[in-house]
Amino acid sequence: MPSIISVKDLSKTYASGFQALKPITLDIEKGEIFALLGPNGAGKTTLISIICGIVTPSTGVITVGGHDIIKDYRAARAMIGLVPQEIMAAPFDTVWATVSMSRGLFNKPKNPAYLEKVLKDLTLWDKRDSRIVTLSGGMKRRVLIAKALSHEPQILFLDEPTAGVDVELRKDMWDVVRALRASGVTIILTTHYIEEAEEMADRVGVINKGEIILVEQKADLMRKLGKKVLTLHLQQKLDALPAGVETAGLKLGASGHELVYEYDTQRERTGIGTLLTTLNNAGIRVRDLQTTQTSLEDIFVGLVSDRT
Amino acid sequence: MNYRAIWAIYTSEMMRTGRTLAQSIVSPVISTALYFVVFGAAIGSRITDIDGVSYVAFIVPGLIMLTLLTQSVMNASFGIYFPRFIGTIYELLSAPVSFLEIVIGFVGAAASKSIILGLIILATSALFVPLHIAHPFWMIVFLLLTSITFSLLGFIIGIWADGFEKLQIIPLLIITPLTFLGGTFYSTSVLPPLWQKIALANPVVYLISGFRWSFYEISDVHIGVSVAMTLVFLAICLAITGWIFKTGYKLKN
Repeated sequence: MPSIISVKDLSKTYASGFQALKPITLDIEKGEIFALLGPNGAGKTTLISIICGIVTPSTGVITVGGHDIIKDYRAARAMIGLVPQEIMAAPFDTVWATVSMSRGLFNKPKNPAYLEKVLKDLTLWDKRDSRIVTLSGGMKRRVLIAKALSHEPQILFLDEPTAGVDVELRKDMWDVVRALRASGVTIILTTHYIEEAEEMADRVGVINKGEIILVEQKADLMRKLGKKVLTLHLQQKLDALPAGVETAGLKLGASGHELVYEYDTQRERTGIGTLLTTLNNAGIRVRDLQTTQTSLEDIFVGLVSDRT
Repeated sequence: MNYRAIWAIYTSEMMRTGRTLAQSIVSPVISTALYFVVFGAAIGSRITDIDGVSYVAFIVPGLIMLTLLTQSVMNASFGIYFPRFIGTIYELLSAPVSFLEIVIGFVGAAASKSIILGLIILATSALFVPLHIAHPFWMIVFLLLTSITFSLLGFIIGIWADGFEKLQIIPLLIITPLTFLGGTFYSTSVLPPLWQKIALANPVVYLISGFRWSFYEISDVHIGVSVAMTLVFLAICLAITGWIFKTGYKLKN
């Protein structure tokens, strides 16, 4: 995949002396959904703000679609739609006026039919003549998305888009994101809801204390760092693990009715076959079994805590 | 040039005036009408003509200038400060818009509003005094130059301010006193000689004098000096705005 955003040796030190970003190099591929994960204050918003032109970088070069974000800022910014983390919209403007203004700012000719589609997709059409101040928090967030989409961007930044929104809106929002991705839009999102990144993202980047710790294909990351747990539900209760059955990663559950076996999916031999044979030989009968995999959240927490 | 962006900012700002019609237009017109009643009809009837012009007619250009200065500064400063205050400035900074286009949009709208107000007040004054404009061209030139210059000053204040108090402080503590002391209600020639010289340090004297000249051909300073001083003040505001462009002062971290 060709890269649509290229970040080279980007760093940011604020006037106060606080270094928000240590030199970062990152490429975003065209058409992907890239999830940027990191704890509060990790530098996610600073990174997005620099790429979008809101914050000036201290060092480094960034290109968007091959256009330098400083020398050729018009072409670079024209490609980007930004949904900020905070709800920021002119309170006394109507929904229609604010999305029309956004389209104008991005030098796009009027296109009421397109704006109508955007508002309908976001269930905002009925509210088009309402002032933003009269809308609920969830509706205001939809307005921010509509504004970001008003100029038909090729890249969409979603900075914590689902923070504090209800389930219905979250579902609508992800439907819109999926449709955008299907139409070829590149999406970069930051989120605290790691299950969303897990469900939506193609690649995951983890940022902590201004440094990109890793960038991986989500599937590779899950495979590499993911551990699986096999739970065996037993027919009879056990008070302790019988002699000869003990093996690394095997524990008896608190109720005594289950055995829990944690194994690494990357190992050539997971030991499951041996375990089942050993149990059978020891006369321990298995009623049912299930496996669960480490979530992206577990991986993320593990990665960040390793570095702190 | 991103003309659509300029137009988007301009229309959005003008729509704000439409929404706050009472505050933006009715209120300054009423306060100006009160000045006419109090200073013109009530007190003015006891004041003799100044250089052959009745006192109520004499104060018309000064009152228009007073509105023009305060409204230009207020409109432009609030216009750019409000997006900074509520955070919507992010959209202007992330859009393919140059600082010049942002300034043209905001300053253009603020200047348009004050010109419209100035003309409304001019029309209102016709209810109180017979209108006489000796040099309509120069009147328009002063109207334009003053509203643009002070809208630029307002824009600078709106960028500099980091609270509503700072936003108000310059218009209240500097612009209003300078306007009142700049010959709105009197000719500086009535001042003692020392104060006449001190008054020349007040840039508003040149604006009011030149504007009044365009009406009645009477002035405290030569018309050429008035135009030159207005242009100097415009150049200073442009230079400061240019510096803001260059450095991103208070706009970008």
